[in-house]
Amino acid sequence: MSKVVLAKEAISHIKDGMSIMVGGFMVQGTPENLIDAIVECGVKDLTIICNDAGYPDKGVGKLISNGQVKKLIASHIGLNPMAGELMNEGKMEVVLVPQGTLVEQIRSGGAGLGGVLTPTGLGTIVEEGKKILEIQGEKYLLEEALKADVALIGGSIVDKKGNIVYRYTTQNFNKVMATAAELVMVGAKEIVEPGTIHVDNVMTPHLFVDYIVKEGE
Amino acid sequence: MSLDVKGRIAKRVAQELSSGDVVNLGIGLPTLVGNYIEDGVEVIFQSENGLIGLGPEPDESNIDLDLTNAGGEPVTIFEHGATFDSATSFGIIRGGHVDVTVLGSLQVDEEGNLANWIIPGKKVPGMGGAMDLVVGAKKVIIAMTHTARGKAKILTKCTLPFTAVKQVNMIITELGVMEVTSEGLLLKEIAPGTTVKEIQDLTEAKLIVNSDLKTMNF
Repeated sequence: MSKVVLAKEAISHIKDGMSIMVGGFMVQGTPENLIDAIVECGVKDLTIICNDAGYPDKGVGKLISNGQVKKLIASHIGLNPMAGELMNEGKMEVVLVPQGTLVEQIRSGGAGLGGVLTPTGLGTIVEEGKKILEIQGEKYLLEEALKADVALIGGSIVDKKGNIVYRYTTQNFNKVMATAAELVMVGAKEIVEPGTIHVDNVMTPHLFVDYIVKEGE
Repeated sequence: MSLDVKGRIAKRVAQELSSGDVVNLGIGLPTLVGNYIEDGVEVIFQSENGLIGLGPEPDESNIDLDLTNAGGEPVTIFEHGATFDSATSFGIIRGGHVDVTVLGSLQVDEEGNLANWIIPGKKVPGMGGAMDLVVGAKKVIIAMTHTARGKAKILTKCTLPFTAVKQVNMIITELGVMEVTSEGLLLKEIAPGTTVKEIQDLTEAKLIVNSDLKTMNF
């Protein structure tokens, strides 16, 4: 059964209340076609995990503007004033996480680890409610692993088996998110025949990928 | 050529950078530092979203929307540069592989504590990569205007939520250059046309005046 499907079919697996990891850094590397399909199908009460809140009309910001997001876990929301407003009005819960911690929580989720120890956030409000461990004379915060029901990945070149290449800085969170969700969907700028991408150049191995949706379909 | 306040600060910060340094510039004023690198000094700029070897600004002929900086703007990359994902990028940042980071701030204090990511209830942009950068970089330079609307930003103790504890090494403003030491803030240089008294009056923290006080050159 081919992994290459239309956006509608891939998105049909997303239900109210699910958690979704969305790749991209300020919408660079975010699969807009998959975001648009989710806006269209109107599923709600979503928990979104993303580096940022996009813009009101781009990336995960579209889901926020459409009132589909109950909770947002991100490292920065400053460029989407709508996110700040919904947070202050109590309509959307926002959990702010240091960007380096967020990426490690996701990486450990995908790698079967329980979490990570990081010095980031020690002595700040980020520390509240977390265990502090001392290892080899250094203090660390214990940050737990993060997983999700779905991951939306933006791929530059994707072969029909699901191997992915990301161009330049569109890698960002995509690589770790592709490993940390039950269902992984890739919005592909370009789909190629298997073998086109040299085995040494594959950035996300096909085994992580469930669905491939060509941009614009 | 008379530089405006931000240009003068950026130019003085650039004098702290040496060839081979891996440098990460925060958004805002710090990004101007890239324009004042001294001739013959070759610095490796990192962008937290996944690259080293940041080049000059692109023009119409070489813009590529898949190649952006931490501010989301299109950039260029030197051929000897490299791209990587966020896990590797923050391994570089948190793992002590960044020599110098230059950041702005809301408040900084005499212990080297920094507050630059949130004004509770009002401005809530989020910390982004700042906390990781301040904890991981070998040298942390705060580049900012000395005051904000006449109010002191260099305090005895930060009142806003911390970005990190005791990590700042240097503070460079349009009025002076201060080093964070175990005894407190050592004023090492002052801008031409100002006095120690004028700077102290605009600074809540008690400044220790260096015996061999120098003049900043912009």
